[in-house]
Amino acid sequence: MKSNSITVVSRRDFVGGVFSAGALVLGGILLPLKGTAAATADATWQPNVYLGLEPDGRVIIIAHRSEMGTGIRTSLPMIVAEELGADWTRVKIEQAIGDAKYGSQDTDGSESIRDFYDPMREAGATARMMLESAAASKWGVPVSECRARNHEVLHAKSDRKLGFGELVPLASKQPVPKKEQLKFKSPAEYRYVGKNVPITDLDDILAGHAVFGMDARVPGMVYASIEHPPVFGGKLKTYDDAEARKVRGVSKTLTIPPFKPPYAFQPLGGVAVIADNTWAAMQGRRKLKIDWDLGPNASLDSVAYKKTLQETARKACKVARNDGDVDAVFKTAAKVHEAEYYVPHLAHASMEPPVAVAEFKNGKVELWASTQNPQAVQETVAKAMGLKPTDVTCHVTLLGGGFGRKSKPDYCAEAAILSKQMGKPVKVVWSREDDIRFDFYHAVAAMYIKAATDEKGRPTAWLQRSVFPPIGSQDDVAAKYGTFELDMGWNDVPYDIPNFRAECGPADTKIRIGWMRSVANIPHAFAVQSFTDELAAAAGRDRVEYLLDVLGKPRKIDLRPPAERKGPDPYMLDIARMRRVIEIAAEQSGWAKKKPGNGRALGIAVHRSFLTYVATVVEVEVDKGKLRIPRVDMVLDTGKVINPDRVRAQLEGASVFGASIALMGEITAANGRVQQSNFNTYPVARLNEAPVETHVHIVPSSAPPAGVGEPGVPPMSPAICNAIFAATGKRIRELPIKKQLG
Amino acid sequence: MIQLTVNGSVKQYDGDPAMPVLWYLRDLLELTGAKFGCGMGLCGACTVHVEGKATRSCVTNLSDVAGKRITTIEGLDPKGDHPLQKAWRAVNVPQCGYCQSGQIMQAASLLTEKPKPTDRDIDEAMQGNICRCGTYQRIRQAVKMAAGVKV
Repeated sequence: MKSNSITVVSRRDFVGGVFSAGALVLGGILLPLKGTAAATADATWQPNVYLGLEPDGRVIIIAHRSEMGTGIRTSLPMIVAEELGADWTRVKIEQAIGDAKYGSQDTDGSESIRDFYDPMREAGATARMMLESAAASKWGVPVSECRARNHEVLHAKSDRKLGFGELVPLASKQPVPKKEQLKFKSPAEYRYVGKNVPITDLDDILAGHAVFGMDARVPGMVYASIEHPPVFGGKLKTYDDAEARKVRGVSKTLTIPPFKPPYAFQPLGGVAVIADNTWAAMQGRRKLKIDWDLGPNASLDSVAYKKTLQETARKACKVARNDGDVDAVFKTAAKVHEAEYYVPHLAHASMEPPVAVAEFKNGKVELWASTQNPQAVQETVAKAMGLKPTDVTCHVTLLGGGFGRKSKPDYCAEAAILSKQMGKPVKVVWSREDDIRFDFYHAVAAMYIKAATDEKGRPTAWLQRSVFPPIGSQDDVAAKYGTFELDMGWNDVPYDIPNFRAECGPADTKIRIGWMRSVANIPHAFAVQSFTDELAAAAGRDRVEYLLDVLGKPRKIDLRPPAERKGPDPYMLDIARMRRVIEIAAEQSGWAKKKPGNGRALGIAVHRSFLTYVATVVEVEVDKGKLRIPRVDMVLDTGKVINPDRVRAQLEGASVFGASIALMGEITAANGRVQQSNFNTYPVARLNEAPVETHVHIVPSSAPPAGVGEPGVPPMSPAICNAIFAATGKRIRELPIKKQLG
Repeated sequence: MIQLTVNGSVKQYDGDPAMPVLWYLRDLLELTGAKFGCGMGLCGACTVHVEGKATRSCVTNLSDVAGKRITTIEGLDPKGDHPLQKAWRAVNVPQCGYCQSGQIMQAASLLTEKPKPTDRDIDEAMQGNICRCGTYQRIRQAVKMAAGVKV
């Protein structure tokens, strides 16, 4: 997405009176590129990035993306403040409500910096140049002699200066520079970008004052706890609430209608207990007696489902990529290797379960929600209530984690539906059990890979099949095949192998599927990077040397479909960068020096996702079936970095998130019911189980910024399993590892 | 009627004595620093101090705290400058921040009992507090920093 020009907009466009009457407010105008998510809605010009200067000198920057722990509420404003020449201590950050004028607010896909780096710089530079030109006209000097620095404009020759606040009235009358006239700071002048800046909410978080969705409160609000159908697609037949209504604090029970397929972001339906506090609502809910029609998915059984997926993967599937002729090579190959891999359904399990407050009043809805996607809240709530999206106002709180779950606002629609029935604001609080039993799950995947190798063990032909229920099932009941999931570590495997075929097999969807932090890259990196390790092991070769060999010589690969290859692609897959992260990871981890022994060994994996290259070396210790991860080295090349400390934090977090997936994550169903429900049955890594130390190495780069939130996750599980093989000789092909170590 | 002290001020409660302290703090007193994460004492997000000791407020009923002193994150230090809060700030521990109140309250209880904790002490004391963002290594670092032991 590229910004095109900046215009002065009316402060009345802002809800909530963020700016005073004298403020200078700038709005960026964006033209979404074709093929991006934002372009699908409408290819018209959209205002997006906002910045206001107050006459009292305060700079107000609107954070339009959701803060779920990546630090984006700090990092995007840093870019604006940098170009503006602002003093960071005088910057105030305001969270945007959901509004299409900001462009995409769907905070997912590790996209915030890469999509908004340019618009943010342009917004800052535009305002700075208008301030400089205001000072120049006031002093009657050439604008080229005026420079904005540290919240004031200086004229060095005459030793004069004026604060930003004083310049606001005059600056707002200056002509707005065109995009081609904008002058940007050189990186050598940066005060904030590239430096470690603490997150803006740090003090509030540490004092317990930060407001998450769970903490939102509206006068007169009541609380709801909802019993959903136990099986996806089930419907309410009858219910008895006599006992529930006897619980002290419970006022009422209400129903929410079931969704109409496809499930999209609609509520699941069910029975809500309304009370004057959360606990009473939860207690009342336990006393409900409900008779359900379980619907068509009550037969879902994970054991049988897994078998079906695996059998599908053993037979020819739909071809997604086909280079050369793998079949011809397989017919005459001296050596052929085959393996099957499996990754189960996973739940997001953010620490804050889904939660939202909604108030229906005079035909409009106002919400306060822990959401990654406030515009989807507007659309989903509007659709559920028969309103227009503009009748729905969504305030975005801090999120207690999201990981993709909170892009889907079913719980927000629940709050709105209940508020209309109650005539009062309603807070819907999902329990942990609701969160784990009724998630939009990361899709289970069964994969099969076959390769022929030459006398050095190098692959001459490679065939891989991936079978998983597609995320597309949310919008299409007939969807059986993945689409964009195949661009996530499957069709884009960058190995230098002349004969390569990638296939995708069909799968039925019997529970809700969604995207979870790094999405299909999780199973695909696990299978491809594990199989690569298996081939290296079969050839008796060093894993690092082997990886570099299969990647081949430095070259750039254009992954765009041929029809879209117009103009240069700044994000071409660059083998040189991929090789470099591997080499640095080997060096930093002491790969060459640390030889396996005493149940201790290293494993490596490399993966590019969200346009970022990550190589990960994991050190494991296996002792009597117990696994410990003393050290992880992660090297990433993500292009330009705004806030290095937050990049490191994301990778440290990805190390733990990836370890949870590898070691213990698994969602299963029996009789259509998800069998896990809380952290006892769906464990996630704790302090004593997580990697002890994760060392993050950032490759200095001036390439365009790429994604950070997700790309650290995919290499973790193959690197762990490859290390286990090196330490014990035991090859793990199915996740989670759990009890497989004996 | 149950009488208790919350962050130094005396409170009277005459509702259901089986209500967990967490919901009393959050919904009735509007002290929202302690968080709801699991409702079963499995994740530690709700951790407060009862008589100075880390306690899971989601599984502690009001009848259990009659006459007792409760401290929440809001009352740990009047300015948010407890040595642990300072260390947390110095190391930039939080990502999303949701679990951090519980982490800090748990760590504060640990340092009261063991002012110079070992790695094993930290493992044992902190393993009940889940952080899904994965801030564990910085938590370990900050606890050691606050305790003045080698990081």
